[in-house]
Amino acid sequence: MRGVLAIAVVIAVLAVVPLLVHSNVVLNFLVVTLMIALAGQGWNIIGGYGGQYSFGHAAFFGTGAYVTAILQVHYGVNAWIGFLAGIVAGGAVGGIIGGLAFRAGLRSSYFALVTLAFAEVLRILASVAPITGAGVGLLVKLDLRAQSFQFQSRAVFYYVVLALVAIGLLIAQWLEHSRFGTWLIAVRENEDAAMALGVDATAVKLSAMVISAAITAAAGCFYVQYFLFIDSSIAYGTWISIEALLTPIIGGVGTVFGALVGALVVKSLGEGAKLVTGDVPGLDLMIYGVMLILVIAFAPRGLVGTLTDLRAGLTRRFGFPRKTAEVVRG
Amino acid sequence: MLSPVILITAVLNGLMTGAVYALVALGLTLIYGVLHIINFAHGALLSAALFAAFLAYQKLGLDPYVAAFLLAPCFFALGYALQRFVIGPASHGDDRNMLLVTLGLAVLIENALLYEFRADTRTIDLAYSFKTINFGFTFLSVSRLISFVAVFVVALALWLIMALTDTGKAIRAVAREKLGAELAGIDVAHIYAMTFGLGTACVAIAACLLIPTYYVNPSAGNAFVLVAFTIVVLGGMGSVPGALIGGLVIGVVESLGGFFFGESLGQVGIFLIFIAVLLFRPRGLFGASA
Repeated sequence: MRGVLAIAVVIAVLAVVPLLVHSNVVLNFLVVTLMIALAGQGWNIIGGYGGQYSFGHAAFFGTGAYVTAILQVHYGVNAWIGFLAGIVAGGAVGGIIGGLAFRAGLRSSYFALVTLAFAEVLRILASVAPITGAGVGLLVKLDLRAQSFQFQSRAVFYYVVLALVAIGLLIAQWLEHSRFGTWLIAVRENEDAAMALGVDATAVKLSAMVISAAITAAAGCFYVQYFLFIDSSIAYGTWISIEALLTPIIGGVGTVFGALVGALVVKSLGEGAKLVTGDVPGLDLMIYGVMLILVIAFAPRGLVGTLTDLRAGLTRRFGFPRKTAEVVRG
Repeated sequence: MLSPVILITAVLNGLMTGAVYALVALGLTLIYGVLHIINFAHGALLSAALFAAFLAYQKLGLDPYVAAFLLAPCFFALGYALQRFVIGPASHGDDRNMLLVTLGLAVLIENALLYEFRADTRTIDLAYSFKTINFGFTFLSVSRLISFVAVFVVALALWLIMALTDTGKAIRAVAREKLGAELAGIDVAHIYAMTFGLGTACVAIAACLLIPTYYVNPSAGNAFVLVAFTIVVLGGMGSVPGALIGGLVIGVVESLGGFFFGESLGQVGIFLIFIAVLLFRPRGLFGASA
């Protein structure tokens, strides 16, 4: 219950922002940041809670984006339905990739490689197939009406992506307190031991992969509605695979708020660097690379995890017996 | 029209491209065999080496084949330092952390190159860049023939290092049984770094062999490394002969695939092989055990 309350407070604070800030630049920055947080939250489900580090979450982001765009552009399907279809398609692709990889027993380096390879295959296919617009990409027709999921104001988009992020947070919160989540964490910690205790490791990982892929796909669907354009190097490019894993790892891998905190920190630093030096290509990503290494070296549980550890350490040192009493009573 | 001469030329060209793939893969498989991680920074290091070879020619007037003798030790030292002082300490001995640290290095190196040199694609003009030898039935590029031979020389040298030197013995010992090697007094952190250095030196030599006929830009190395992953998986992770044969096979597959289906779909063929091998025979064709 306290977890849900924390989520409500965080979302409420973020929801106030558009009332105070009217700058389109700031809102645009926040919308993109939240979109990356959403993609990262998807990664966090299978990577953080499941311990399976995917290097190819672009496969899901891109599938969500393309399905949303293709249904609208080629088949005249309503954008909201396209959006839902994109999420379902992303989840399905997650199920296929996860099913193949987990059934083959791929772990660690091998799992990272196979996910990367699937994303690359999809990228190359999308760069030549006519239905995806091949090298040119797809433009969604401008139609600023709510029923076509397009809004004049960035604030509305902000609330849409914030709602999606809230759902992502709630799913992580549910994982931490459900039987399924416990199984998933058990598999992460020691797959063989979990199986010995009767956990169907493959099925658990597969379900987590589908949820994970669907969340990241939602970020891709949102990308299309926000920018009204998609091409193969955006949809299936390595950039999104890297940002999706970077944000939860920096924020706190396998924590509810990890991806959100990570996205805010990473994107702020990236934009900050651009402000200082002008828009030089490569600088923001250089900073991401350095941060990734530094966080793994000095705070392997990420910012949220390290703060939690610090608080636990302080509690232990200065002793608030109230906490222990609660545990004993509970 | 499909004539056997064109087909043979395609196969020969594939073999020569494949040899350079094999060299890149050799570095990767060596690192995997000992450290048991995929080095995701391999491609970025290849791009860096391509730039180094490019600059050696541009600023110092060094022929790439001469520069190889300078760059190989430099990149050996670079690889050694990266593993000893960055990857090793940062990853706390956890495999997944190691993967992420190499990924972080890849992002850092690639974008440092982008920052410094921008995305422009550069080439160097050498007198022999486009020289060919007439074999009667077909023409083959001189510089690609040189690289074909050079790859086998490097592979032989590597084999000699592994078979005859103490360091080679220690590397093999650590690959086989890390704890036992440590108990026998081998400095594992040092051996890890030596292995990483050797793998990185392979990349530097590959870059010098590539630069006469290839181009350089900050992400030039990535194309090779995705192929090298495939080769390493195909040949069996950690297997040196597997990497050589796998490299040649993949070179031919790509050349023929490109010949029949067009350039980008030839690449899809490689990835499909990759995924199929990963899923159905992750030990690879020559690997002992996963």
